[in-house]
Amino acid sequence: MKKITVSPAQKDAAQKDAAQSPLLGLLGGFIAELRTAGLPVSLTENLDAMEAVTHIPLEDREAFKYALGATLVKNHAHWRAFSTVFEVYFSLRGAEYGTEEWGEAGATTQDGQQIMADGGTAAEEEMRNLLYEALLHGDQAMLAAIARQAVMRYANMEPGRPVGGTYYLFRTLRKLELDDLLEQLMEQAREEALSPLTPLEERLERDEFEIRLDELKKEIEAEIRRRLVADRGVEAMAKTLRKPLPEDVDFMHATREEMEAVRKAIVPLTRKLAARLSRKRRHGRKGPLDFRNTIRHSLSYGGVPAEPKFRYPRPSKPEIVVIADISGSVASFARFTLHLVYAIAGHFTKVRSFVFIDGVDEVTEFFEQADEIGEAIQRVNTESDVIWVDGHSDYGHAFEAFWEKYARACGPKTTVLILGDARNNYHASGAWTLKEIRKKARKLYWLNPEPRSYWDTGDSIISEYTTHCDSVHEVRNLRQLERFVESLV
Amino acid sequence: MESGNKFETNKFEFETVDEVRAGLGEVRYLADEGIAGVVYLADRLGKPVLVEGPAGTGKTQLAKSVAELTGARLIRLQCYEGLDEAKALYEWNYKKQLLRIQAERHESRSWEETEEGIFSESFLLTRPLLEAIRASDPVVLLVDEIDRVEVETEALLLEVLSDYQVSVPELGTVEANQIPLVFLTSNNTRDLSEALKRRCLYLYIDYPDIEREREIVLKKVPEITESLADQVARIVRSVRQLDLKKSPSVSETLDWARTLVLLGVSSIDAEVASETANILLKHRSDIEKALKEFSANGETFEASRVR
Ligand SMILES: Nc1ncnc2c1ncn2[C@@H]1O[C@H](COP(=O)(O)OP(=O)(O)OP(=O)(O)O)[C@@H](O)[C@H]1O
Ligand SMILES: [Mg+2]
Repeated sequence: MKKITVSPAQKDAAQKDAAQSPLLGLLGGFIAELRTAGLPVSLTENLDAMEAVTHIPLEDREAFKYALGATLVKNHAHWRAFSTVFEVYFSLRGAEYGTEEWGEAGATTQDGQQIMADGGTAAEEEMRNLLYEALLHGDQAMLAAIARQAVMRYANMEPGRPVGGTYYLFRTLRKLELDDLLEQLMEQAREEALSPLTPLEERLERDEFEIRLDELKKEIEAEIRRRLVADRGVEAMAKTLRKPLPEDVDFMHATREEMEAVRKAIVPLTRKLAARLSRKRRHGRKGPLDFRNTIRHSLSYGGVPAEPKFRYPRPSKPEIVVIADISGSVASFARFTLHLVYAIAGHFTKVRSFVFIDGVDEVTEFFEQADEIGEAIQRVNTESDVIWVDGHSDYGHAFEAFWEKYARACGPKTTVLILGDARNNYHASGAWTLKEIRKKARKLYWLNPEPRSYWDTGDSIISEYTTHCDSVHEVRNLRQLERFVESLV
Repeated sequence: MESGNKFETNKFEFETVDEVRAGLGEVRYLADEGIAGVVYLADRLGKPVLVEGPAGTGKTQLAKSVAELTGARLIRLQCYEGLDEAKALYEWNYKKQLLRIQAERHESRSWEETEEGIFSESFLLTRPLLEAIRASDPVVLLVDEIDRVEVETEALLLEVLSDYQVSVPELGTVEANQIPLVFLTSNNTRDLSEALKRRCLYLYIDYPDIEREREIVLKKVPEITESLADQVARIVRSVRQLDLKKSPSVSETLDWARTLVLLGVSSIDAEVASETANILLKHRSDIEKALKEFSANGETFEASRVR
């Protein structure tokens, strides 16, 4: 958590206000939740939020949310986390302060309510028809009503049962058989069209229906969350829902959804990193005075050397060799690292990359040929020849094969990075090869995506390799990865 | 901490968020609830707004439109790498100073007197920041693409936006006449300082949803029919779902819509799409990808046209 400096007066004011008004107390709790979720909220921002909400009519849930968002969240990547905390926190605590109608936000239209009122008895068939119609016409209110019904009927939520929301979501969705619905909807669209749908029209129709189906899923998720919160209370739910920010997601234990978030975060991250590095290079250090250049420029000042010019030193760029384990457990770590290294390849004289599982293969040319780093990484996964015997990591064999075939890749200007968890399936370590590599190379670093506390447990033999490396780094998330890669330049 | 009561805050006093939204609509800017809400709050709280989001989503236009809506004067500071104090804040008009020195050489004035004379207000060239805080008429200050300036210049900006005063060594402290409504835009090419972010309200303007994009097209390309505008918005939405090097921006949507109107197109078919795709998408590989995606099982529009 970041440090904030606060004058005692500010602190007093905030505390006094919180004590005075229940709403401010409620906000205080919300901000505490945001902080536990990892969002940095400073005291100034806290005060701004409190002031902002006094300008907003409380019953307007959307306005309330935007007012808090604009004062508390200053990074778009954090919006999702904010949104989830907001929903969970206020769906329960909000009721205490007369904001209970929020829970019913987006309530159904009269019609929907009426039809769904006796939902318990309405035949399954009937509900399916209603769902079909709602999807066909994009009837939001109806979709929300159906989502509530579907959760009630199909999720079989049991109070106190310690399963996550995903479990109930899955159960509800399976019963709804949405894939079939999509095909039926497309069929109807085709039939109703005056002339056969062109591929373009077909695609647009499908996109539209898919978006409506997504909305339905979101409604179902929200409903499940509301019920879980009601059952277990805000604190417990906030904990299960607490999503790490993309830059803090652990590479080794990420869910599919988290991985997706990391993948999305990496492109803006590389862009920023690249911009930061080139700025550093340009403005970094001034070299000695460039006498000629200064005199040349002095001509425009009537011969007065008013604007001294300096020589910019060209710092020597390192050569990078990456040797990455791309077996299942650490594959995504290798992908992200390659992505980052190639994104700033301009700062190195040369980058060569090798990947291994139990055999090793050079993939440098994939990156040299591709327009886009993503494309190259795709090819690494599908085309590299890294399996020697059984496709289980064998660091020893892979390193020996590297030494035999590619030893010449390492020279006095090369920085070698080895990526992997050093879980060697109880094979021989082949650590002697690292000793040789270090002798030839400038630096040898190892990046391990596992938490340090797991090192050397089970079949991890990282210590055997550590003795031959300049240093070994724990790199579990994007934040750490970015910091390391930047330090190479 | 709050400088609010020290100066006249230049407030437009909107009554409600809806009023802002409707007002912006009248000057042909289509805002969603979030955008209107933040503008409303910025005015109420007297705080600057930091606007981020993809290229061409109306970040710059928002400041211009708010100025138009309120009848305030727009003062724009366009940022670029190398922008410094002299271009952002103030500069001494040294040519004028030189002339004065030369003129006074023949009079028998002491250097001290001359110096005092040439470092006075009439030799000061005010740049956007100083101009904005010294104005006495209502002003909207737009600091465009702030992520392009160096960290030092950003710090200077922050100082001005926090204290609303500028110290000019030769003159002393110049205080603000008012706190203008300030918009800072960023394309997020680098992280801005935490201090600056803390000082601002934050607004992320994403690509508009389909309804808003259709409205924007209708407002900005009045000659277009509703059904064509709808089709444009739908296609653009689908194109943005593809994994592209560069997704079409709102300005590209508008360019495309204008082109279609010029060509007299009433409805977009495969042929039209493939002939005009280069207006919407800028990279060749993106165009190819989109055309392939939107044609039957991988055959291109070219092929389906010949058939
Ligand atoms: N909500 C909107 N209502 C009306 N016009 C819009 C809207 N959003 C964008 N536009 C139009 O799109 C064009 C691009 O907008 P603008 O230049 O403000 O984008 P920007 O976000 O500042 O882009 P950049 O990041 O490239 O500077 C302008 O012509 C603007 O009028
Ligand atoms: Mg702009």
